[in-house]
Amino acid sequence: MGAEKEYKQEPAKEINFVQVTESKSFKKLMHERKKFIVPLTIFFMVFYFLLPVLTSYTTFLNTPVIGDISWVWLFALAQFIMTWVLCTVYVKKAAVFDKQADEIIKEMEEGGEEQ
Amino acid sequence: MSATVIILFLAIVLLTLVITFFAAKKTQTAGDFYTAGGGLTGLQNGLAIAGDYLSAASFLGIAGAIALFGFDGFFYSIGFLIAYLVVLFLVAEPLRNLGKYTLADMINSRFDARKVRGAAALNTITISTFYMIAQLVGAGALIQLLFGIKYWMAVLIVGVMMTIYVLFGGMIATSWVQIVKAVLLMAGMVIMTFLVLLKFNFNIGQMFTDVKTVTAHGEAYLMPGLQYTEPLGTISLMLALVLGTAGLPHILMRFFTVRDAKTARSSVVIATWVIGIFYVLTLFLGFGAAAFVGHDTIIAANPGGNMAAPLLAQAVGGDILFAFISAVAFATILAVVAGLVLSGASAFAHDLYGQIIKRGNVTEREQVKAARYASLAVSVLSIVLALFAQYLNVAFLVSLAFCIAASANLPVIIYTVYWKRFNTAGAVTAMLTGLLSALILVSISPSVFSPIEGAALFVGEPIFPLTNPALVSVPLGFLGGYLGTLLSKEKDIKRYAEVKVKANTGYKSSGVSH
Repeated sequence: MGAEKEYKQEPAKEINFVQVTESKSFKKLMHERKKFIVPLTIFFMVFYFLLPVLTSYTTFLNTPVIGDISWVWLFALAQFIMTWVLCTVYVKKAAVFDKQADEIIKEMEEGGEEQ
Repeated sequence: MSATVIILFLAIVLLTLVITFFAAKKTQTAGDFYTAGGGLTGLQNGLAIAGDYLSAASFLGIAGAIALFGFDGFFYSIGFLIAYLVVLFLVAEPLRNLGKYTLADMINSRFDARKVRGAAALNTITISTFYMIAQLVGAGALIQLLFGIKYWMAVLIVGVMMTIYVLFGGMIATSWVQIVKAVLLMAGMVIMTFLVLLKFNFNIGQMFTDVKTVTAHGEAYLMPGLQYTEPLGTISLMLALVLGTAGLPHILMRFFTVRDAKTARSSVVIATWVIGIFYVLTLFLGFGAAAFVGHDTIIAANPGGNMAAPLLAQAVGGDILFAFISAVAFATILAVVAGLVLSGASAFAHDLYGQIIKRGNVTEREQVKAARYASLAVSVLSIVLALFAQYLNVAFLVSLAFCIAASANLPVIIYTVYWKRFNTAGAVTAMLTGLLSALILVSISPSVFSPIEGAALFVGEPIFPLTNPALVSVPLGFLGGYLGTLLSKEKDIKRYAEVKVKANTGYKSSGVSH
């Protein structure tokens, strides 16, 4: 099998991955990841599609705010700012997940030796 | 053509060849060739992603679109940028943790079947080819215009250059060409923005007021609706833009050139900053071109508006800036096509030849040799296709590539990482449904059929109303994967547990073994 070949550097000892997925620490990581990623993904997708939906079906974004700059430009700018903010937030949160993941790997390797 | 332009062009070409020469000496293993040995830093890879992503379509196309259509041109900038949130939040890290060289590796970490790898390779080759034809057609038009040479000569020059980089320098050369190009491009953008703002006395409010009066559109120039008038069409295009990036093989491949998921993450963040600043600046370029070059001059140089940025450089910075910006545009195209050749070649050599035909029984030397032959084949094929595609619309080909990527690749990536029940049959149906529905819907869309002669490939009434079918084809890709999965009884909880642990923790990802 093709793929088998690529993973031949896998450890000789067998790790029970099903057991790992059922461990408390892994479940905690998955739960926290989900709690973080799902709402934010929904948020940025809704925020993003709000722009074409509003420009397609309404005209109120065309109202000028500052001189000749209308809401639609400010909304577009907000999209850029949102991207950078969410990027920064993600990196901060991911550092926490990294630590949890390292713990899980340590547990796995220690657990593997005992079996 | 002035001597300055020729000297700057030659300097860029020379610089990239020097890079290739040094990279060629370092390229010995298959890992070096496909992924630069996985040894790039976050900053290097972030710049290379930006270099890979900011194609001629972005630099020349968006500046032109904003110059001609005002806000509607800016839609592209927004979609192309937010796409990186999808990449960062959902795709980058699991992909790095599961894959080795290609997207197919990642999907195959869960399903061994050769048909899965074959379908993934087919998607990669199709998307890369469409994208590459678009870049080559754009490059041909640009160089033809700059040097006054024939289109086929222009395509041939770019084609031969890209083949040299990839053939001899592999991913190491390609990455460095992309990094150098990203830095040059950003420098060019900042200089031009500065000069444009100087002309507006650094008063952004004034800039908005001025552009309103210089174009024939008047007030409407600052409002959406000049180009996109059909609500569903606009939303469908925006969907393709935001989801397509996360399925583009040459972008996904860039996550295998770093050591681990952490570095993959930091490279996406750097890329997002660079790309975001770039797209903000496209606004100043577009407005500047509208104000200081003028609608008629832009249209006269190229009906698609593709010459707006170089013409603006001439208007605000004279011949030297014009030469510099043109040379940067040339470097931009070279870097992007080199990345595309590499992703197409890796699908041929690594997936089809190495894993499917030879079943993984190939030596390092054979792999590198196969990859070089495949690069040559991909280059020749795309050059030949580009020669016939001269009159196709470049933006159409690029948005089609994004649509196929979103429909054919994204569903299978999401399902592989996040859906427990997903199986081999589902993987194959997700990829094929997405690919076929995108291709078929485009072929019966207004992009191909138009009642007005010359507006599209064929004359006739389009059967499907949306120019970009993502709104239909992406859900079809997801649906195909869902039904395919349920229709097959197969499920492997143990294997999914392994994938889930590896994807989320980075345990024993292939990068560690280097």
